Amino acid sequence: MTAQALSGGFSNPPHQSSHAFRAILESFARPGTLLTIRGAQPPAPLSVAAGTALLTLADGTTPVHLAGDADCQPVRDWITFHIGAPLVAPQQAMFAIGRWESLAPLSRFHIGAPDYPDRAATLIVLMDGLSNSGAHLTGPGIATKTLLSLPEIAAFQDNAARFPLGLDFLFVAGNRVAGLPRSTKVEGA
Amino acid sequence: MYVAVKGGERAIDNAHAWLAAERRGDPSVPELSVTQIREQLKLAVNRVMAEGSLYDPDLAALAIKQARGDLIEAVFLIRAYRTTLPRFGASQPISTDAMAVDRRVSATFKDLPGGQILGPTFDYTHRLLDFKLAAEGESPTAHTAPADSAPVPHVTEFLNRDGLIETAEPSDTAPPDLTREPMELPADRALRLQAITRGDEGFILSMAYSTQRGYGRTHAFVGELRIGTVSVSMDIPELGFPIEIGEIEVTECETVNQFKGSKTEPPQFTRGYGLVFGQSERKAIAMSLVDRALRWKELGEDSIGAPAQDEEFVLMHCDNIQATGFLEHIKLPHYVDFQSELELVRRLRAEAMAAQEAAE
Amino acid sequence: MTEGANTGQRERQIWMSAIAKANPARLEELMPDLPPLTCLRPPEVGAVMVQGRIGATGAPFNLGEMTVTRCSVRLSDGTVGHGYAQGRDKPHALRAAVLDALMQTDQAAQVRTRILDVLTAKAELARALRAEKAAATKVDFFTMVRGEDA
Repeated sequence: MTAQALSGGFSNPPHQSSHAFRAILESFARPGTLLTIRGAQPPAPLSVAAGTALLTLADGTTPVHLAGDADCQPVRDWITFHIGAPLVAPQQAMFAIGRWESLAPLSRFHIGAPDYPDRAATLIVLMDGLSNSGAHLTGPGIATKTLLSLPEIAAFQDNAARFPLGLDFLFVAGNRVAGLPRSTKVEGA
Repeated sequence: MYVAVKGGERAIDNAHAWLAAERRGDPSVPELSVTQIREQLKLAVNRVMAEGSLYDPDLAALAIKQARGDLIEAVFLIRAYRTTLPRFGASQPISTDAMAVDRRVSATFKDLPGGQILGPTFDYTHRLLDFKLAAEGESPTAHTAPADSAPVPHVTEFLNRDGLIETAEPSDTAPPDLTREPMELPADRALRLQAITRGDEGFILSMAYSTQRGYGRTHAFVGELRIGTVSVSMDIPELGFPIEIGEIEVTECETVNQFKGSKTEPPQFTRGYGLVFGQSERKAIAMSLVDRALRWKELGEDSIGAPAQDEEFVLMHCDNIQATGFLEHIKLPHYVDFQSELELVRRLRAEAMAAQEAAE
Repeated sequence: MTEGANTGQRERQIWMSAIAKANPARLEELMPDLPPLTCLRPPEVGAVMVQGRIGATGAPFNLGEMTVTRCSVRLSDGTVGHGYAQGRDKPHALRAAVLDALMQTDQAAQVRTRILDVLTAKAELARALRAEKAAATKVDFFTMVRGEDA
């Protein structure tokens, strides 16, 4: 295992993971709100926010799928050392991480079961940038309407239509994060 | 209708302060240290580790001190603490073959390789109170004899050779974990054993005793009971190989059960299995009896409807923390629920009396 | 993997295992000072699910967890060490990681005699004493029968 894989974890895990967890919770409670999380220095192509989200949410009991160029040896080693999560195919994943194009088709991921809608995958989407522009979001946690620069519209409409089943999305770019739970309604600009 | 009420903070604070003072007891008596509990109340510590499902003698001793010796309350504290720990992974299955045995007895074979080793047992004591212990300052020593360092084979291996006992085939299927996923019934044997090993000793004991008295009899003998320490190994992802991460004391019991054969199985001996943290002999024996009783379906036996054969009855009621939580919640304020019950009873009474008057 | 690498791995398994099971107070006595280091993973207390096997040899099941503390460090010369220790003692895990690193440097021989051998001897002594106490409680049915010969 290379030196790069062994560095870049939290220096103070209890505090940093609590802060990141609070921010991620907030991002799902207030869909579309841009929040900052930091603490991790993961290997490329993972951003600070992507690594921080993984360190905070995943552990040895949460299978992770690496999609596209996120599936590279440095990332695999980094996750193995810092998180210990099993790296798996999309069908077994509780978390998946990658660029939007490489996560498709979304039908490969678990959307939960009627008895246990919580057993659905959460997709961490690597973005080049995030801004409050583009798609219109409405629904629980949004006072009137908010905007978020989503990579497309239809996939999120289909996903919301399956509520209470469905996927949850966390968009990350740099040290910014925004949540899009399955309960949010998405419309084009 | 729910009515939110506030208040009682001062009463609660004062109750807790008094609790702390009562815990300490008479200040003229020296305070009990956690290490004293760990070393001198070891079997209580073992029980708290087994039912708390966390091997850490210092923590269990602390929990016993904090709980004023209420072992179920101590188990509750340990269960709460363990939820705060990140899970590094699962160990490799421990090898009880390689156990450094303190005790090893068999009720089925007198002369077995490795011998009958009594260990530090209460057996053969006369259960007379020893008033010498009331005087302090004793420091008894144990006798020693030259030891044989050869591993001690399991008794069931001898019966295995003759094909007279069912075998336990090795496998590496990842077992279900009831601390991560809610228990779903029917449970497989691995899930049942996890539930029973952390279950209440008194409950498991009573279930086992009921099978001996005829409620789902399994004709059990203790093939072997062993207590001792085993190493725990775990694969370390960053190294790519396993290392030993510690050493734990466990009690293991294997029963040999008479079995006349069934629609699916030939006549042979069958086995029940018990494995518990610490020196916990009663629990391990009881566990192996309950394990065997619950296997009726797999072995093609008939259920006679005995409690110990009823998986749901055993597994859903053996956890003393779940049981305590549900039992004791009824002492907490239910003012509104009770108010509605009161109104209902008053109305029913009024109606009944009116009906009676009308009839007269 | 070459034979040399296998031997190296086996040795490392042995020293890491010995340190994991060491008494933290004893380890601190033997190793009061630590070299300059960077924590790659600061000492972290966690749990490991201990598994048993059904019928001692069959399928695995979950017996319960145990507390474990782990730590990873890098010495100033770049050597990386990983430490695992039973229990919740953070200095124990930190020392375990430092020892693992030092054992990969030219200080290995010295560390082995000053620290590892002492720990191993102590553990072996405790194990032997316990085995001797157990041996004293072994029932010898033959001796009872042969009592007349004595």
